[in-house]
Amino acid sequence: MDQQAVLFLIIATFTGLSAIAVLVSQNIVRAAVWLLFTLAGTAGVFFLLGADFVAATQLIIYVGGILVLVVFGVMLTAQGPFITMKVGAAEWVIASFVGLLLLGVLVTSLVGAFNFRTPSPEMTSAEKSLSSAELGQVFLGLEGVTPETNLTGLPEGARPAPRQRVSYLLPFEIVSVHLLVVLIGAAYLARAKRRRGAIS
Amino acid sequence: MTDFLSSRLGVAPGVAELIVALIAAVILITFMLLSAIFFVWLERKVSARIQDRLGPTRVGGKFGWLQTLADGLKLLVKEDIIPTNADHMLFRLGPYIALAGAFLAFVALPFGHKVVAQNMNVAVFYMLAVMSSEVFGVILGGYGSGSKWALFGGMREAAQVVSYEVPRAISVLVPVIVAGTMNLSLIATQQVGGFWNWYVFHDPFTFCAFWTFFTCGTASCKRAPFDLAEAESELVAGFHTEYSGFRWLIFFMAEYGSMFAISGIAVILFLGGWNLGIFPWELSDKIGILGNVINVLVFIVKGWLLVFVMMWVRWTLPRLRIDQVMITCLRYLLPISCVLLLGVSVWQLMLWQVTYSVVRDGQVIHEPILGYANYVLAAACLALVVWAVWKLMKASGTTPIQMMPGAWPALNTPGSPLVPKS
Repeated sequence: MDQQAVLFLIIATFTGLSAIAVLVSQNIVRAAVWLLFTLAGTAGVFFLLGADFVAATQLIIYVGGILVLVVFGVMLTAQGPFITMKVGAAEWVIASFVGLLLLGVLVTSLVGAFNFRTPSPEMTSAEKSLSSAELGQVFLGLEGVTPETNLTGLPEGARPAPRQRVSYLLPFEIVSVHLLVVLIGAAYLARAKRRRGAIS
Repeated sequence: MTDFLSSRLGVAPGVAELIVALIAAVILITFMLLSAIFFVWLERKVSARIQDRLGPTRVGGKFGWLQTLADGLKLLVKEDIIPTNADHMLFRLGPYIALAGAFLAFVALPFGHKVVAQNMNVAVFYMLAVMSSEVFGVILGGYGSGSKWALFGGMREAAQVVSYEVPRAISVLVPVIVAGTMNLSLIATQQVGGFWNWYVFHDPFTFCAFWTFFTCGTASCKRAPFDLAEAESELVAGFHTEYSGFRWLIFFMAEYGSMFAISGIAVILFLGGWNLGIFPWELSDKIGILGNVINVLVFIVKGWLLVFVMMWVRWTLPRLRIDQVMITCLRYLLPISCVLLLGVSVWQLMLWQVTYSVVRDGQVIHEPILGYANYVLAAACLALVVWAVWKLMKASGTTPIQMMPGAWPALNTPGSPLVPKS
């Protein structure tokens, strides 16, 4: 077993155990902490695969943004000092059924689609891998989508099917308009309601 | 070094890499903690100097060099108290998460030409990401303490840091647009040569972005005037009210570590990184390992100077109120940084076509149209920025006219020059 595999096993075990701890902990802030470890472990897997950008994005969005907001929300809304959640038996059954179903779908698709391999050295070194500038140019459709290095799980030597240069700018803009809609909706809901004729 | 270990000493390559990583981690954490010790001493001396006192003088010679070590020893032997009401797991975890966030930022920080623990393509993005997870430790400590003061401190910290992250990230984007890369080593290498090559002097927008970034960095390190999370006159000690002994010390190591990390990002993005600003070539290319040593020293001294400025600001300005902190961010820093981002994009896209001749493959393919247009544009941009700042300064705030924020009681003090003559 080489170093990559050992590190992957350590990080994956850590991530998996924290994910289980998220489920079994009753205190919601403790669950948030375990979720922090799970997400940080996922970021670690991305780092191990040489996808620094995705890993840093994972950290800044989930750890720096969403988890802080979760704890913030708990602090603002909790009535008592430390709130706990009680989960009924029916909820356990439904949740585990859905979870196992999802796990089954994921496992079958993963096993069927890829044969796992360690990343090539071109991907893990900062000098040789694609820089974020190239990433942006691919995003704009200025360069080919498929990079020279073998990023996909295809066997050695087999060239991926030729694709047209696709610009991801339009989907990205559509998603940002979605975010804008959500933002305006939140501002609308949170606005100070003033009755007509009331003295402010 | 990995090659040396595996070829000369016969260590397996994987193990050799782990050993090298371990050495780098030990060097970085030693540097971080030693500079924290130095900063605590410096903070006491600077505050003493500003308040017309002497500060520590006895421990370790004339200047009290060893004062911090004595403090550390005292904190080590103090009783480690965990309140009965506290959530023990969160209470213990808080300091470690804060310290881990500060330390992880150092991994991608280049100290010199090729002197970096992990050369990353997205180093600056990574550093912002891990430093934003540092706040989680503070929030956990504040929440887990089971005390209302700590809870208030944690809440303020969450609100403040989440808001200040936005203008901080946007003002980081300004030099990144100029450099065309997020690799910190490359950004610093691009600023080789005289100090006029530093990105802070590149155009008016980067010049302003430096100040917005430094302000947001000060706020995200929860340093005064933005230290609402610990506001000792209002909240006892804020988020670390219930902490004592070594756990308390770990919070402070994280704070001083992240101060240096923020200063390091500012130095690399704006102030030329490890380049001295005098020599027109990379020093380590000319004189080898000695040049590397000089590079590292220059970088560290620049970082320390910025940390000194943070301390200077802390002991000079009064603390803002929480609403003033949020207004400073949302009404001033955020629009300013957005304008800077737009302006630098226009500058980079349009200006080179107007003023610079472009040579590609030995042929001039683009003649300069206007020779002095860049100076005119720079002056216009500067005038615009000055005008905007002037308008913002004149805008009416919540504080009474001509009063410093936080200095309201001076109104009632007899004999104060601020009391209006009746």
